[in-house]
Amino acid sequence: MRVLVCVKRVPAVAGRITLTEDGRAIDIRYLGFAIGPHEECAVEQAVRLVEEHGGESVVLTLGPAEAVEQLRDAMAIGVSRAIHLVTGGEEWDPESTASAIVDAIREDEAGSGPFDVLLLGNEAGDTGGYQVAVRVGRALGRPVVTGVKGMAVADGVVRSEQEAEGGRDVYEIPLPAVVGVLEGINLPRYPSVPGRIRARSKPVAASSPARPDQRLEMVRLVVPEGAVKQAAILGTGASAAAAVVDMFDSIGVL
Amino acid sequence: MLVLVTTADGGIDKVSLQAMTLGSTVAAGGPVHALLIGDGSDDQSLAAELGEWGAAQVHVASHPALAAFAPDAMARIVDDLAVSLDADVVVGAGTEAGNTVMARAAARAGLPFAANCTAVNPGSPVTVTRLRWGGSLLEEAVIHAGRAMLTVAPHAVTATPTGGTAVVEVFTPQLDDADLAVRVVGRVPAATGGVSLAEARVVVTGGRGVGSAAGFAPVVDLAGLLGAAVGCSRAVTISGWRPHTEQVGQTGTKIAPDLYVAAGVSGATQHMAGCSGAKRVLAINKDAEAPIMSAADYAVIGDLHEVLPAISAEIRRRRGA
Ligand SMILES: Cc1cc2nc3c(=O)[nH]c(=O)nc-3n(C[C@H](O)[C@H](O)[C@H](O)COP(=O)(O)OP(=O)(O)OC[C@H]3O[C@@H](n4cnc5c(N)ncnc54)[C@H](O)[C@@H]3O)c2cc1C
Ligand SMILES: Nc1ncnc2c1ncn2[C@@H]1O[C@H](COP(=O)(O)O)[C@@H](O)[C@H]1O
Repeated sequence: MRVLVCVKRVPAVAGRITLTEDGRAIDIRYLGFAIGPHEECAVEQAVRLVEEHGGESVVLTLGPAEAVEQLRDAMAIGVSRAIHLVTGGEEWDPESTASAIVDAIREDEAGSGPFDVLLLGNEAGDTGGYQVAVRVGRALGRPVVTGVKGMAVADGVVRSEQEAEGGRDVYEIPLPAVVGVLEGINLPRYPSVPGRIRARSKPVAASSPARPDQRLEMVRLVVPEGAVKQAAILGTGASAAAAVVDMFDSIGVL
Repeated sequence: MLVLVTTADGGIDKVSLQAMTLGSTVAAGGPVHALLIGDGSDDQSLAAELGEWGAAQVHVASHPALAAFAPDAMARIVDDLAVSLDADVVVGAGTEAGNTVMARAAARAGLPFAANCTAVNPGSPVTVTRLRWGGSLLEEAVIHAGRAMLTVAPHAVTATPTGGTAVVEVFTPQLDDADLAVRVVGRVPAATGGVSLAEARVVVTGGRGVGSAAGFAPVVDLAGLLGAAVGCSRAVTISGWRPHTEQVGQTGTKIAPDLYVAAGVSGATQHMAGCSGAKRVLAINKDAEAPIMSAADYAVIGDLHEVLPAISAEIRRRRGA
């Protein structure tokens, strides 16, 4: 089985988001980087599929030179090799991202044969576009299931589960297929030290696609006002209990 | 203006009504077309309801194969109708179902797609404000296309009835086998029991500060006393201490309880994105400077392993148990 997983490097924002002066990007000077939780689970899923069925897993990112860090992270938990579509750091909208990913898939498949499963996050951690998986599937003529929290592959069919009112909906689609993964589908493993060392020598194929005109063009970012509150301190340590229970009582939750 | 209306639990889903209101506002007096897709069972009564929410005309696409959710088929119906109406703007609900169908319709039509918008300025080009980071950041964007395909973020717009009546037109959509390749073929019932996190009136959450899986005992105990759901942060789920079904946040569950008790949670934006609907927040943290303090109404400074058992003991004492 050949599995491709797509990941996006995003700043690991924690507290309040700070923007650059022109308001067109997050101020990343004091931030680390990561991939979104859905994608961490997609990487884990790719590694598990190959552990179960044999074959090869490949991780792909479209991002700046530094995004090789996220590719190494994926290879550290077991992905075999990487494809890096190197950008100059500017944003790519979901449509142009999908089309660059499709071109890269076609090229890789021309040399190494078709991928059976393409795994993507259901939505990117930062921009939340909710569409790259669908666009990639459409362009390649492969069925796509999104919002997936459970999946198994057997006899050329992907059975996937999606949370729904009062249970889970089940889909069965033939391979080759595209799956948009949600966090919770699995519990990703941590990379081991030997895994990290091995990842350093795994191959990364880099190329630089041209960025087309953006049809969903970001103009400006705004941090929402969100009421900044001043918490009323009910006390310190165990001695606060009576005040807390008084508060519960006053708001009617006791 | 075309609005895709989806259903949940046999009724029109709430976010679709919000989409109707956004659509009516953006149409500014122009006709609003609504599209309802189903197998014909109860679609007509639902369609009639949509007049009250601003639809001038409701197109009911009825096909026996649409008894099960089939996102590509729905996308084709949206796209075909948008073309025949020559719609400038097509709006759907920013739910999992609404986003996937609208993304598929846009992909089919070769159009850009803006998910989870909070505001739309009509014109050419259409500009939108949309959510990033689960709502912790807003983006203003231009849609460079002849037709703007978008969804409205849940609860960004208040659904407001307009009190009109709609013309209802039922039609049989053109569908091929390929449109039905992706569809729901079965259902796994949920394990029952426990308070539903999304619906709970009170949620008691533990974060990394809880320290271990066993450390959750006082969190679970207090939740039990309050009839509350247990929640947790992502730091907890990725440590394997609690299941992901209990995670609150951008990639977990979004909640809107009357009271949110967050113990040992720092208040990362992605966590707070899941509980911004909470009426009141009580933070229990040993760090008086933790970011959650500026999102909380009440706070206790201290070790949660002392504070939580003391609160539970006090509740038991007052109840005379
Ligand atoms: C794209 C993306 C999506 C994400 N989605 C989510 C999400 O859905 N939900 C989510 O929760 N996170 C999410 N995260 C992760 C998020 O950024 C934080 O890493 C996470 O919320 C931190 O969890 P925490 O507050 O429990 O841990 P920490 O940030 O480590 O905070 C622990 C807190 O506990 C306090 N503490 C420690 N010991 C004690 C004690 N004994 N008594 C009292 N207080 C104590 C500390 O002072 C500290 O404030 C996401 C991240 C990304 C990048
Ligand atoms: N720059 C990128 N590089 C690689 N994969 C990406 C990129 N952007 C988006 N994706 C993939 O597409 C998924 C959905 O993204 P989106 O539709 O933009 O929310 C992400 O979770 C990734 O798996």
